[in-house]
Amino acid sequence: MLHIVACIKQVPDTKIIKMNPKTNTMDRASAPAILNPYDAHAVEEAVRLKKKYGGIVSVLTMGPPPAVKAIKKCIELGADEGYMISDRAFAGADTLATSYALTKALEKIAKHRPIDLIICGKMTIDGDTGQVGPGIARRLNIPPLTGVNKVVEVNKEKGYAIVHRKLEDGYEVVKSQLPCLFTVEKDINDISFAPLPNMIKAARYQPTIWTADDLEDVDRKQLGLKGSPTIVSKVWAPPKPEGGKILTGTKEEQVNELLSIILEKKELFS
Amino acid sequence: MNFDDYRGIWIYIEVKDGQIAPVSLELLGAGRVLADKRKTELAGVFIGSGVKALAPTLFQYGADVVYVYDDPIFEHYRTEPYMRALLDCCHKHKPEVILYGATPSGKDLASAIATDLPTGLTADTTILDIEEDTGLLLASRPAFGGNIMATILCKKYRPQMATVRPKVMKALPPDPSRTGRVVEEHIELHEEEMRTKVLQIVRETAKKVRIDEADIVVAGGKGMGSKEGFQLIHQLAEVLGGAVGASRDVVEAGWIDHHHQVGQTGVTVTPKIYFAIGISGAIQHVVGMQNSDLIIAINKDPNAPIFQSCHYGIVGDAFEIVPLLIERLKEEIPKIKAAADVKEEIRHA
Ligand SMILES: Cc1cc2nc3c(=O)[nH]c(=O)nc-3n(C[C@H](O)[C@H](O)[C@H](O)COP(=O)(O)OP(=O)(O)OC[C@H]3O[C@@H](n4cnc5c(N)ncnc54)[C@H](O)[C@@H]3O)c2cc1C
Ligand SMILES: Cc1cc2nc3c(=O)[nH]c(=O)nc-3n(C[C@H](O)[C@H](O)[C@H](O)COP(=O)(O)OP(=O)(O)OC[C@H]3O[C@@H](n4cnc5c(N)ncnc54)[C@H](O)[C@@H]3O)c2cc1C
Repeated sequence: MLHIVACIKQVPDTKIIKMNPKTNTMDRASAPAILNPYDAHAVEEAVRLKKKYGGIVSVLTMGPPPAVKAIKKCIELGADEGYMISDRAFAGADTLATSYALTKALEKIAKHRPIDLIICGKMTIDGDTGQVGPGIARRLNIPPLTGVNKVVEVNKEKGYAIVHRKLEDGYEVVKSQLPCLFTVEKDINDISFAPLPNMIKAARYQPTIWTADDLEDVDRKQLGLKGSPTIVSKVWAPPKPEGGKILTGTKEEQVNELLSIILEKKELFS
Repeated sequence: MNFDDYRGIWIYIEVKDGQIAPVSLELLGAGRVLADKRKTELAGVFIGSGVKALAPTLFQYGADVVYVYDDPIFEHYRTEPYMRALLDCCHKHKPEVILYGATPSGKDLASAIATDLPTGLTADTTILDIEEDTGLLLASRPAFGGNIMATILCKKYRPQMATVRPKVMKALPPDPSRTGRVVEEHIELHEEEMRTKVLQIVRETAKKVRIDEADIVVAGGKGMGSKEGFQLIHQLAEVLGGAVGASRDVVEAGWIDHHHQVGQTGVTVTPKIYFAIGISGAIQHVVGMQNSDLIIAINKDPNAPIFQSCHYGIVGDAFEIVPLLIERLKEEIPKIKAAADVKEEIRHA
């Protein structure tokens, strides 16, 4: 029986988020909150491994109360249990403070059911640092395997996992001791359609919710804004580029002008 | 923590296929500016197997000091041994700033080091500066899918760390007369104690398009209509001897493989000529190509944002413009080639 925990985050859909042109800030209300797309693949992979080897899939999120919706989405995808840590004390966390709080929650989960494998997304689409997964692995002192795009084998009896890690021009095959932590690429799997029973279960599901006080041995100085070495000091909209010269004339004239612009770079063609 | 104990700008030097990764040379260029402002040393931390011989190259690109950890245990990048070596170096020599390439292994290593030290880590930086008197690093980065830029500071911890996007900073021209100090370091590590092992490395040469190395990139977008329509992009690339790029929507539609995707979640390219054809010019696409020398856009919508990010634009239907362009290129390129051949002959004669 494997116990796999997927870490998931609810994020604004940055593809359709609108900027307020007056204040240069994001209008968060303009974008619906969704399960971070990479994390959907993390949960999918956990569920596939559960089906293959037997076991239990838990999901964990840190976020404000509405993030329960993201957990329900994971139940639809086939997760068995959901945990959420939610407290004002966690607010304003950078990646260091985020990995600290999540690690404390993972330790608490592991007390009641030891964890064999943790799966995170490669990154989120809002903060998009990709730093939280490796941070959790370091804190738990387990090997991080980043950029995983295929799981070859997970062998609990012998205590190892074999995966493919994506490289810029191929992949490497890595063997790691268990427990370990994967961060997964999107091409690791295709998300399956949620079967009806999962949807029904998800609709009724209530996750376990913990506050900072519910976690054990917590050093409050390491939580939230206080525990964050990085500070976002200034936010601005990227400068709008000047804009290029639009060619005019007939189609033939435009193409001829373009041709001479291209062929000015003679060295590329000789 | 006494900040005065922390001196020097460090660059984590990444090795790729036995060579110094280009991003590390770019970071030496950026680091040189910071080190000069702070009147301090620029150091490279070089971890690998058989890398010592490459250390002098780093001086040519701006380093004053190179810390070398050369040991067979570092043959392939693995978090554990690399982290141990870099932590050892940090504890011994206490840098003020460490910069890493925002590559898969650079990000992996930086995240582990930041957690262990602990200190702050700014991700995917594209603009770097430092306050001359306080040494505060000003690292700015795109976030929220490129919709905003944010400046991140780390006021209370040292070293200050950032990963920096490849192809954004500029390497200095190598100066063979520059020299520096090589410091050989050593750390006791035993293979039996390592918890991960690289069993095999597979290069996917067929998929290896390396559009980030091409001089000309012809990129097509959703405006090409279909996989068949997208063939026109391949044809233009072929005539020009360039590589094919694509927007994310094209990759998601399955017209071409992800290796061709340009942009925030794809590859960053800086070719001599970049064509954006039937691409609307979303910010996430533009961040991956905006530093190209010459950007040409073809789009039938005069209001497409891509026209804000190009040098020259044609408002028109790609299916009319591109075939005409291909036809004219087929006439003209051989003439340039012939002229060049003549010159070559004259030189040899
Ligand atoms: C504009 C802006 C810029 C920022 N830049 C930085 C920066 O440079 N450095 C820095 O340290 N912080 C930065 N932050 C803070 C950072 O966004 C938060 O710390 C955030 O909580 C986690 O980082 P992430 O979204 O980048 O996650 P990532 O590290 O990209 O997430 C990777 C994976 O970790 C897991 N995970 C992440 N967050 C959670 C969660 N809340 N619950 C459960 N699992 C989770 C998921 O599996 C996810 O796929 C920035 C914030 C803003 C608003
Ligand atoms: C977190 C995040 C990361 C992302 N990363 C990337 C990334 O790495 N790379 C990327 O490209 N995108 C990325 N995107 C997606 C990006 O926001 C855009 O959705 C995408 O770039 C649009 O692709 P497109 O321009 O091909 O398609 P569209 O936006 O649909 O544009 C098609 C264009 O073609 C034009 N057109 C139509 N027919 C013709 C014709 N016959 N002749 C000429 N022009 C024609 C239209 O006028 C239109 O401008 C990302 C998004 C998010 C949220």
